[in-house]
Amino acid sequence: MAATEIARQAGEGARAVPLSGHVGFDSMPDQLVNKSVNHGFCFNILCVGETGLGKSTLMDTLFNTKFEGDPTQHNQPGVQLKSNTYELQESNVRLKLTIVNSVGFGDQINKEDSYKPIVEFIDTQFEAYLQEELKIKRTLHSYHDTRVHACLYFISPTGHSLKSLDLVTMKKLDSKVNIIPIIAKSDAISKSELAKFKIKITSELVSNGVQIYQFPTDDETVAEINSTMNGHLPFAVVGSTEEVKIGNKMVKARQYPWGTVQVENENHCDFVKLREMLIRVNMEDLREQTHTRHYELYRRCKLEEMGFKDTDPDSKPFSLQETYEAKRNEFMGELQKKEEEMRQMFVQRVKEKEAELKEAEKELHEKFDRLKKLHQDEKKKLEDKKKSLDDELNIFKQKKTAAELLQSQAQQAGGSTTLKRDKERKNSGFL
Amino acid sequence: MADTAKTTHPQPAGRPEKGAEFGYVGIDAILEQMRRKAMKQGFELNIMVVGQSGLGKSTLINTLFKSKVSRRSVMPSDEERIPKTIEIKSVSHDIEEKGVRMKLTVIDTPGFGDQINNENCWQPIMKFINEQYEQYLQEEINISRKKRIPDSRVHCCIYFIPPTGHCLRPIDIEFMRHLSKVVNIVPVIAKADTLTLEERDFFKQKIREDLRVNEIEVYPQKEFDEDSEDRMINDKIREMIPFAVVGSDQEYQVNGKRLLGRKTRWGTVEVENTAHCEFAYLRDLLIRTHMQNLKDITSSIHYEVYRVRRLNENNTHPSDQPNGHSNGVPTHEVLSHEM
Repeated sequence: MAATEIARQAGEGARAVPLSGHVGFDSMPDQLVNKSVNHGFCFNILCVGETGLGKSTLMDTLFNTKFEGDPTQHNQPGVQLKSNTYELQESNVRLKLTIVNSVGFGDQINKEDSYKPIVEFIDTQFEAYLQEELKIKRTLHSYHDTRVHACLYFISPTGHSLKSLDLVTMKKLDSKVNIIPIIAKSDAISKSELAKFKIKITSELVSNGVQIYQFPTDDETVAEINSTMNGHLPFAVVGSTEEVKIGNKMVKARQYPWGTVQVENENHCDFVKLREMLIRVNMEDLREQTHTRHYELYRRCKLEEMGFKDTDPDSKPFSLQETYEAKRNEFMGELQKKEEEMRQMFVQRVKEKEAELKEAEKELHEKFDRLKKLHQDEKKKLEDKKKSLDDELNIFKQKKTAAELLQSQAQQAGGSTTLKRDKERKNSGFL
Repeated sequence: MADTAKTTHPQPAGRPEKGAEFGYVGIDAILEQMRRKAMKQGFELNIMVVGQSGLGKSTLINTLFKSKVSRRSVMPSDEERIPKTIEIKSVSHDIEEKGVRMKLTVIDTPGFGDQINNENCWQPIMKFINEQYEQYLQEEINISRKKRIPDSRVHCCIYFIPPTGHCLRPIDIEFMRHLSKVVNIVPVIAKADTLTLEERDFFKQKIREDLRVNEIEVYPQKEFDEDSEDRMINDKIREMIPFAVVGSDQEYQVNGKRLLGRKTRWGTVEVENTAHCEFAYLRDLLIRTHMQNLKDITSSIHYEVYRVRRLNENNTHPSDQPNGHSNGVPTHEVLSHEM
């Protein structure tokens, strides 16, 4: 039994066959879209920039909603990332939008490690997806994708050039996420300065080798608009949720004594371009790039780090399984070794304790013996003394009886002189 | 560090208005973006046809896709021999309709059920299907993966039941019982123009009964209905399976129109007339409404079952009991019906 493939052309790999009637598979894109609509979409944006550059306001303006709470203070001890998820709906499209804000970025005196929490956050999301993908029983199709799809990097409107903090951070992030640099609060820069600023920024990015996200130009329907927009990067934006009456319309704008900056006026700022590119034209491409380029790179590095290698052309299949096996055996071996070590340590401790206890016991015995001996000595002494006292008592009794006998004999013989002489003898006997 | 996300539901101010951009964000433009991407990438579909020779498999495939896509049309010098063992032959075609490109692969199984001893006839087919899953799994676990893994997994298997009019034969039950666990099976009654309508209904009822008694789940499977809407649509389909089909790639003049059909002395059977046969329903199911669903069930259910089994195989030693996977996820106890 053999599985054979017939009729394969060299270039295509399959015959091109003309259809003689309407089959109906042109509804496939619709089927695919319907499935995605039922499922819902998710999109995750990371906003990186110094405190006070208008990140939250810009998000509010972009998605036309008031998102979260109060502006943050400037006295954060380190950089933290705050992430919030919102469910938005427009016509029949449900979007799960996650906005991650960098809090305290650029506020510290020593900013050497400022980029680290951000890189860690992005890696954590990749790791979570990788773990899910490597599970045996997995539910990829209902997994809530938290990987960062786009990173909006907010540049301060100094008008001169990029800060070194910006360069360092962007360099660390460019291989992990799609970076879209934007100039924040750009109503602080005049038009001519803005043009020079943009050129300076682009040239600095190029000379430092920072890869920012390029809008894709391979699809003819959007190639033209995308390539024009690529030339306008970085976008100079102004965000505002307040509305001002201009003419007879209410528009989002910032009102100054010398004039009003309209957010959606293309002559005033690039907000419309940003919204167009980020949401209306390239959202899907951003998600795809994240999955096929950044995530794959992370996955490859992580797996290689863990010791897995791909198969050689003629090596055994399932090297991943075998490496898993080897790793597992290694791990079990290590566990066993540790167990042995612990057991030995336990045995040793027990021995030591036993020896200690034996020592103590011996001491106690000795003490007991000593005390006993002492006791016996004392007893003997006392007995001796008692004996001697008993002896004396006996002698005294004997003498007493002898004396009494003599006394009675003397009485019988009668003679007070003998009495006297006896008395004297008696007295001298007693002296 | 990041705090965990909390979900809130603010409403976007305003609805999309024509002309004025005020209030309209443009999130629904993602649908258009997805459509564009799908059109650019094109689609893939792999259909397998299984049945005894002479049941009209090649003709039906040609009729379904309105072009000469079957094996017979590709090999002009095919002798009408019945192979000694089951062979698996697959042919790929690029077809295009209204800008949508599709790579269609038809997998034919000549020799199935044609031997005198048909024991284990389903095994080579099962092996082929599992080989496709294996190929996909290998690509997926590579360190450096391709951008788009070529999908050669069988999305749908059309099983041809000969129009005996009685009930399912043992070979049919055996085959469908084993394969309904690894692939989507769509059973059809072949050459249905030999059955009258009453015979057809009776036959269908018997077949459904047999399927139920033997616990065979054919497509659309009850357990994979996602919501009540799906269930309603699929219930209607389940009442109609197996479809009684007639295939033809010849056109005849009927009532002033040129239609595909089979011309006999007593009349012309119109293939696409739903009063004559159920070909149109089959085509709508396979192509116009449920094609994406077929692919989804293959990739997220059948393939995952295979993957779980495969990854568990390497984790259990004969001497140990099954213990944890190296990343800490407990292994799934493989049930007997999954083997």
